[in-house]
Amino acid sequence: MTTTPSQTVGPYYAIGLCRRSDDELDPDGVELSGRLLDGRDEPIIDGLVEVWDAVGRRWGRSGTDATGRFRFLVPRDCDVLEVFVFARGLLRHQRTRIYVRTVDDDVLDRLSSDERETLLAQSDGDGLRLDIRLQGDHETVFFEH
Amino acid sequence: MSGTSAYEGPIVLPDDPGFGPEVQIDYPGYRSTRWRAPAHPLATLPEELHRLDGPVFGEDVLAPLDNDLTRQHGGEPLGERIIVHGRVLDDEGRPLRGVLVEVWQANSAGRYSHEVDGHPAPLDPNFSGAGRCLTDDEGRYRFTTIKPGAYPWQNHDNAWRPAHIHFSLFGRAFEQRLVTQMYFPGDPLFSYDPIFNAVRDPRARELLVARFDLDTTQPEWALAYAWDIVLRATPVEE
Repeated sequence: MTTTPSQTVGPYYAIGLCRRSDDELDPDGVELSGRLLDGRDEPIIDGLVEVWDAVGRRWGRSGTDATGRFRFLVPRDCDVLEVFVFARGLLRHQRTRIYVRTVDDDVLDRLSSDERETLLAQSDGDGLRLDIRLQGDHETVFFEH
Repeated sequence: MSGTSAYEGPIVLPDDPGFGPEVQIDYPGYRSTRWRAPAHPLATLPEELHRLDGPVFGEDVLAPLDNDLTRQHGGEPLGERIIVHGRVLDDEGRPLRGVLVEVWQANSAGRYSHEVDGHPAPLDPNFSGAGRCLTDDEGRYRFTTIKPGAYPWQNHDNAWRPAHIHFSLFGRAFEQRLVTQMYFPGDPLFSYDPIFNAVRDPRARELLVARFDLDTTQPEWALAYAWDIVLRATPVEE
């Protein structure tokens, strides 16, 4: 059977997808935040980021705020998160990863050092930070899915 | 939204069956794609990362009236009451049970209950426009709602979205995740809408359009529309 095509999440997804706060994968976890940016480095204020700790089986999602910021509390023992990004203007969601800790793996090995940088969260005070860039010179690495 | 793009080409491109079920993510007539569609080639992942299972949601995420958008307030919303139902299947036709289906939509006047929506059409105090349910053992879902209105969206001169309901689904596998939109049969706005037409294969585009369902229509109460949703292969074991 032919699969049903994707359509954009549009600007009003919060009505259906953010009625409850789902951004705490672990209430005692570490804060992971960043900004979702477009090809002009403008913040995307109507984006949605979903993360999945496939090992610990913990999931969360965060709509971006008026500054384009997303935010999660993620488990301290988590190495990497599987990530989907949705937004107005994205006709299909994009898949990426956020490395909470630096690890050696096959995925990073296949990338250039500049590409790897787009996936590695950086320590920032008590938390972790990583911006996601949909376009541009420092475009985040997105994966086939 | 009006973009700053200099694109002056056609809003809707000709059909191209070569796309199959894929949507063209850099579709130029949809201006918001201009600075948002990733431009670099996609990287590859090891095979095992395509076979991850995904989050599982249970009854605890549901409230009693989540599947009836007409009964979430003190009074009834204005508009044409409808039933929207169907099955969620994988691409081998197997029903997928326990799929979380989330929907959101404009009210019957074409206005979303969202602070960003500036369309000068009335809000309906009896309609929030959000619902969710889990598919049953046969993969079935069902909502009662009102038919959403078309609305203007400033993408281009005199741009109107065809009436639609947004759908979000979590399959069993991580990569079965789907966010899409369901349309209503015979909408005169189809041929002008760049979002709908970004699915370039006309046969795949038809899969976004519900079927009027007289058998499920409830006499003296509500029209029914049937819409099945096909997710990708289920790579994980039962």
